[in-house]
Amino acid sequence: MRRVYFDHSATTPVDPAVAEEMYRFTKETFGNPTSLHYYGRQARRAVEEAREKVAAAIGADPKEIVFTSGGTEADNAAIHGVAMTNRDRGNHIITSAVEHHAVLNTVKALGKQGFTVTILPVDKYGMVSVEDVAAAITDKTILITIMHANNEMGTIQPIAEIGRLAREKGILFHTDAVQSFGKIPVNVDDLNVDLLSISGHKIYAPKGIGALYVRKGARWRQTLFHGGAQERLRRAGTENTPGIVALGRAAELAAANLQEESSRLAALRDKLIREVPARIANVVLTGHPTHRLPNLVSFCFKYIEGESMLLSLDMQGIAASSGSACTSGSLEPSHVLLAMGIPHEMAHGSIRISLGKDNTEEDVDYFLEVMPPIVERLRSMSPLDQESEFAMSGQCNGCRISHSCHA
Amino acid sequence: MYSDKVMDHFTNPRNVGEIPDADGVGQVGNPVCGDIMKIYLKIKDDRIEDIKFKTFGCGAAIATSSMVTEMAKGKTLDEAMQLSNKMVAEALDGLPPQKMHCSNLAADALHAAIEDYRSKHKSA
Repeated sequence: MRRVYFDHSATTPVDPAVAEEMYRFTKETFGNPTSLHYYGRQARRAVEEAREKVAAAIGADPKEIVFTSGGTEADNAAIHGVAMTNRDRGNHIITSAVEHHAVLNTVKALGKQGFTVTILPVDKYGMVSVEDVAAAITDKTILITIMHANNEMGTIQPIAEIGRLAREKGILFHTDAVQSFGKIPVNVDDLNVDLLSISGHKIYAPKGIGALYVRKGARWRQTLFHGGAQERLRRAGTENTPGIVALGRAAELAAANLQEESSRLAALRDKLIREVPARIANVVLTGHPTHRLPNLVSFCFKYIEGESMLLSLDMQGIAASSGSACTSGSLEPSHVLLAMGIPHEMAHGSIRISLGKDNTEEDVDYFLEVMPPIVERLRSMSPLDQESEFAMSGQCNGCRISHSCHA
Repeated sequence: MYSDKVMDHFTNPRNVGEIPDADGVGQVGNPVCGDIMKIYLKIKDDRIEDIKFKTFGCGAAIATSSMVTEMAKGKTLDEAMQLSNKMVAEALDGLPPQKMHCSNLAADALHAAIEDYRSKHKSA
C-alpha cells in the first residue's frame, strides 16, 4: 500500500544528515559542555557552532539564542518571563484567538495570577487586524504575543506591522514562529520582534529541542525553573547537545533550501486547492487565500465528520489531521476554526493536509484519487440534508437525549 | 486505537439507509456537538422487522450505529428497549475511553425511534 505522510505540521521525520550528526554526539562527543576538560570543550564548541547556525537562520546574534526543550517551553519562557519581569510596569497582555495552546494557556494562566488579558478576535480568514491591536493597547500593556503563521489553516499574520506598532509604544513583542520557520522567511529585524520561538521537530530535527530568541536589551529574565548557570543564566539544565547540534544543522538546511522548497511546496498546495473543490462538492477552503503557508491546506467537508475521514484515509495509507472534536479529545472542535466564524458542524468536518520534503506530486494525485470516494461513502451514510443547509434548527432543543452533552 | 470489530463495522456498516414509510423514527445528537444518529424502524407484530440508520460522526459513532441496528433487528420492542450503550460497546469488543461519548447516542437513537412508534400507536 502506498504510504503518504501529509501531517508535517504535527511533526516531521528527522533528516538523515541531521540524524547522522546527532548520532555522533550521543556516542562520541558526549561531554558536558560546561566541563573544563577535553570532553567538555568538544561539546561546548559543538553547542556554540549550532547556536551560530540558528542565529544566522533568523538574522540574530548568537548571544540572543537560548536553547529549550521545544516550542512549548520557548513560548512559556518568553511569555512568563516578560510578564514577571515587567509586572512593576503593567499587567496587561494582548494575544489572539488563534494561538497555539502553548501561548493561549500560558496567557490564560497568567490571567489567573493578577494579569489582565485581551484575546483579539480574527476575521473569517483567521487574520488579526493591526487596528484591533492598536485599539487594545493601554498604558498597562507589557506584552503582545501573536503567532507568525497558524498551524491549523496556515494564515500568516501581519507580524512586521504589529511589531512596528509595539516598538512605537515601547511594548515587548513575541511571536511563535514554530510553523513559519523553515517555510517562509523569518528574520527578527524584518519582523520587528523582541522574542521568537522555534521548534526542532517541525524542521526535520528531533522532538524535544527548540530555541527562544531574546533581543539584546529586552526586559526579560528567565522565570520558569531554576538550577545551574547554563545558557548564560537563561535556561538551567545541562545542554541537550545532540538535540542542539541537530537543531543547528536543521536550521542551516532549512535556511539554505527555503526559496526552492517553499516554491515546490506551494505548487503542490495550489494543486490541492484547485483540484479538491473541482472533484468534490460542498468543500470550503479555510484560511487566507494568499497570506498562507506554502505547505498547508485545510478544508471543511460539509455533512461529514473529520475523524471518520481520517480513519478512511489512514486505511488507504494517507496520514492527515483534523480539527474535529473527536480528534481533539474534547467536545469542542478546533478553537482556531471556531474563532474564524466557521460553524461547529462545519468545523467538525475539517481535514488538514500539511506537506513536506518527502511529498511529491504523485502523493497529491493519490490523495485526489482516493478522497472523493471516501467523502461520497460518508455522505451516503449521513442524515444531514445535502440539498439544502442543515435541516436541524441548530440548537440543543433539537437534541433528544445525550446525557454526555455538556453544552 | 479501535478494535477489529469496530473497524469492521466502520468499513462495512450494516443497515445503512432510510425507510420512507417507517413506523418509527428517532434522531439524537446535534451537528453542533459533532454527532447525529437517525434510526428508522419497520415494526410487525411488535417486532423490529426492518431497521436502518444514518449517522454523522466519527468512527465510533458509525460503528456503534451499525452494531445497534444489527443487535436490534428481529427483537421485540421490549427486548430492544433493553439494549444499552454499554452492551453495544461490549459487542464491539470495547471502545477507547475518550470515544465512549461518541457512542452514547446509538442505543438512545434506537429507544427514541421505539418511543416515536409507541406514541403513534397508543394501543400497541
